[in-house]
Amino acid sequence: MTRTLHERMLLSGNEAVALAALRSGVLLGTGYPGTPSTEILEAFAALGGKAQWAPNEKVALEVGLGAAFGGARALVTMKHVGVNVAADVLFTATYTGVSGGLVLISADDPGMASSQNEQDNRNYARAAGVIMLEPADSQQAYDFTGAGFALSEKFGLPVMLRMTTRVCHSKSIVTQSPLPQPQATPNFKRDVPGRVMIPAHARPAHRRLREKLARAAAYAENCPQTIIEKGSKALGVITSGVVIAHAKEVAPDASFFQLGLSYPLPLNAIKEFVASVDRCVVVEEGDPILETELRAAGLNIEAKPEAFRFGELNADRVRRILEHDNSPEAALAAGKPPMLCEGCSHRPVFETLNKLGCIVSGDIGCYTLGVLPPFSAMDSCVCMGASIGVGLGLRHVLPPEQAKRVVSVIGDSTFIHSGLTGLAEMVYNPPPNGHVLMILDNGTTAMTGQQEHPGTGRDLLHHPTGHVRFEEVIHAMGIRHVVTIDPMADAVALENAIIEALDSGQLAVIVARKPCILAAPKIRVYERAAAEKMMATE
Amino acid sequence: MKKVTNVVVAGLGGQGVVKASDILADAAFRAGMDVKKSEIHGMSQRGGSVASDVRFGERVNSPMITRGEADCLLVIAPDQVDVNRHVLKSDGVLVSPDTVANIGKIQAKTVNVALLGVLSTHLDIPVPLWEEAIRANLAEKHHKLNIEAFQRGREAARSTQA
Ligand SMILES: Cc1ncc(C[n+]2csc(CCOP(=O)(O)OP(=O)(O)O)c2C)c(N)n1
Ligand code: SF4
Repeated sequence: MTRTLHERMLLSGNEAVALAALRSGVLLGTGYPGTPSTEILEAFAALGGKAQWAPNEKVALEVGLGAAFGGARALVTMKHVGVNVAADVLFTATYTGVSGGLVLISADDPGMASSQNEQDNRNYARAAGVIMLEPADSQQAYDFTGAGFALSEKFGLPVMLRMTTRVCHSKSIVTQSPLPQPQATPNFKRDVPGRVMIPAHARPAHRRLREKLARAAAYAENCPQTIIEKGSKALGVITSGVVIAHAKEVAPDASFFQLGLSYPLPLNAIKEFVASVDRCVVVEEGDPILETELRAAGLNIEAKPEAFRFGELNADRVRRILEHDNSPEAALAAGKPPMLCEGCSHRPVFETLNKLGCIVSGDIGCYTLGVLPPFSAMDSCVCMGASIGVGLGLRHVLPPEQAKRVVSVIGDSTFIHSGLTGLAEMVYNPPPNGHVLMILDNGTTAMTGQQEHPGTGRDLLHHPTGHVRFEEVIHAMGIRHVVTIDPMADAVALENAIIEALDSGQLAVIVARKPCILAAPKIRVYERAAAEKMMATE
Repeated sequence: MKKVTNVVVAGLGGQGVVKASDILADAAFRAGMDVKKSEIHGMSQRGGSVASDVRFGERVNSPMITRGEADCLLVIAPDQVDVNRHVLKSDGVLVSPDTVANIGKIQAKTVNVALLGVLSTHLDIPVPLWEEAIRANLAEKHHKLNIEAFQRGREAARSTQA
């Protein structure tokens, strides 16, 4: 599977991160799928790196942190909302610090091409105290990933590399240069005060963190990621990430300050830059973070109007910001929205839920499209795993005739990701009239491009591994009414199974199992390969 | 500023929009140009609108093409022409699926590459580089059909331009 590598390559930002991780001696890559980050681990594996899908982002970051405690370099990938799940780890990992380089990729999605929110994870760098790098294109994705591992080791801190959809999925030219190599091989060194965060250890650890960040700020003042390009004195632009490319498009003669290392800020260099130009504009995608911090530092800068906080920036929007053009922006052309595929096994489930007039507490995956006509069978969708908790909350408070119609619907990958704790809640705090959970097991993480997960029993490269069997888990957790059904086989049987579960007034779980029609041919190939391998070794 | 060529490739999920733009970007890359290519590809499901921006020239900054800036717009799905027309310059070239409607039977799967054949007659990238790019971006078993489709597209374009 290893591909030949050329010096000059046309790569996506995601591929560039994977290549740099490999060339930086990363021993373990882990993460949970999420657009636009998913291809990083897949590319890392295709290049021959050791990569694995974790059940969710929190576990992924824990595994990565353990590897880094052990002195290895580790890469952890996730989309922006994944960092919310992993945040509990992150906020104390900055206290413990790391021995081996730990780079966490946060792939943000300004404009929400495929996300439920457009949170700006530059906020996490400030909140958790983690060094942040923000590449603008694939070359920088490569260079900064390499630098990220070295910086993580230099300062003993995790480094967060913030990508955005445009950086992840755009292709541009990468010239490979040698990257800094790990200084040590994995070896356990006991460091109880440094690694065991009881309050007595955590108090000095917090002080250590602030000292490390002060050193990192001093480093940022004059480092390869602080990129200052002197142009005209008339206009200076301060920015980070892909925005620099848009800005150069519309103001080629301006002076530019790209914050490649965007936290902690190189405040002195910024002050000098601001003083060197007649007019200085902070152009940032997302929240007004740099604007607020530079103003707080007493700098005389301009910034974008609130309207540009929403959505992605592009060359035209950057021009509007620079020229104070407040004329209304043309609405984005409405394309054709995505739909559940013809033959999708989620279809009959939502047809039935609609027919039965259920109140559907939904979740995230392809099946969220059950909200659209002709199904129109979803009443809430918040974050991964929320279907169960939200459904239970509704059941607890709604009048009985409504409560009895509430169904939680969750996908297989999502159930593993964050449904298991919801199920524990269901068993522990059952609503008066029970509850019905449907797990739509289509044998893959379809939404993000068909990744494996613990419920498929295959690893990232589709080879057989340990298998978490849903029915066994559900039984073991204390649910008595468990039904498995093929939703494509018989519409009447599906409807009856749901009615029976609703009418039982007990806790019930229905596993609707039928492979995603796009994944099914591949799943058959993996299964055949596994069977052949079994036969050969017997 | 040095001239940059802007091409938008558009269609519906499952039609090979991203594949076509990969091939175009790769061909320009092989021609030694600076190249940026960008699209939003999120959802797995088939059938939603997809558009991909490819920019190439001596030096390319932004990876995105804004309204009214495309030199060429290649559309694979008839109903996506109107949705995307706003990206074209007033004198820009539209390569619509009609262009290859009458070129005899080509497989539906290769319509994207046939349209690249049409597009290639408007661009300054040598044919052998296009063919290398097609081979590099498709599995070997699809090479023959796609190279054929590409050539049919070129012929169709020439016959209408003549
Ligand atoms: C915390 C978090 N991580 C990742 C994602 C991206 N994501 C959304 S749904 C999903 C999984 C969908 O798989 P599954 O539940 O099996 O449903 P399917 O798409 O197969 O129908 C993923 C990875 C997200 N929205 N939030
Ligand atoms: S990709 Fe699979 S799960 Fe998603 S809509 Fe299509 S058939 Fe359904």
